[in-house]
Amino acid sequence: MLWTDGFGMFGRGLDPWSEFQRIENEMNRVLSRFVAPSTGDFPAVNIWTDGEETLVTTEIPGIDAGAIDISVAGKTLILKGAREPEQLDEGNSYHRRERWYGQFTKAIELPFTINAEKVGARFANGILTITLPRSEAEKPKKITIKSA
Amino acid sequence: MADKSKEMQKKEIEQTDLVERTRATKIYNPDVDIIEGKDRIIVIADMPGVNEKSVEVTLEDNVLTIYGRVDWDVPERMKLTHAEYGIGDYQRIFTISGEINREKIQANVKDGVLRLVMPKNNTPKMKKIAVKAG
Repeated sequence: MLWTDGFGMFGRGLDPWSEFQRIENEMNRVLSRFVAPSTGDFPAVNIWTDGEETLVTTEIPGIDAGAIDISVAGKTLILKGAREPEQLDEGNSYHRRERWYGQFTKAIELPFTINAEKVGARFANGILTITLPRSEAEKPKKITIKSA
Repeated sequence: MADKSKEMQKKEIEQTDLVERTRATKIYNPDVDIIEGKDRIIVIADMPGVNEKSVEVTLEDNVLTIYGRVDWDVPERMKLTHAEYGIGDYQRIFTISGEINREKIQANVKDGVLRLVMPKNNTPKMKKIAVKAG
């Protein structure tokens, strides 16, 4: 029968809607790469800005806040930290081991010089939020024109 | 970390489960460690953004569900200019064996890490039946 041949190309029997769903899923998957590019460096960061101030957020759960090292030099923000692997008791074994451990260092270059004096950092529920104000010297200055 | 860096992206759940959701947010698979000892099973899940109030752990029959809600407000007046990770809730479902002592499961959340300690039942389920001669 011709009908069945026609529907056969949808690959899922007689439900053409499932094909639309599949296309949508595929589109989302492809598009999400553009929305969330990854540099591959751990940890992944998101950067928010409003021109005056920049916010860097990163997810580093299970780290002691004191063990995170944040340093600022010129335009660069450097994050350092480490997470220890779980100490196993004798006779215990891993069934699954997906969580990361070890040391990391990540340098993020911003398009402006950071005012190192006013950098703020907060660590809550495994999310580190760093506020980076732009250096005063670099802020755009308004120039008044004097009349001769 | 260099050798593992490729795996560091958050994994979004591709196939949503049969339960429909009322929250319009993405759902990610948290990374987990499962450690088994003689008398207990420990499940550790990385769920940044989750606290003790926003995490739900349910054990129904032998299906263990971990769900974490992430309430993160977009900073006011700010624009996301560079994104390496997505923000959303977490969910993961496990099937566990029946040997867990359900009454004594402990769960705690610290710095975005959920830790579940599930003691095993000491009474073995298998019973040996003595065969009498006769």
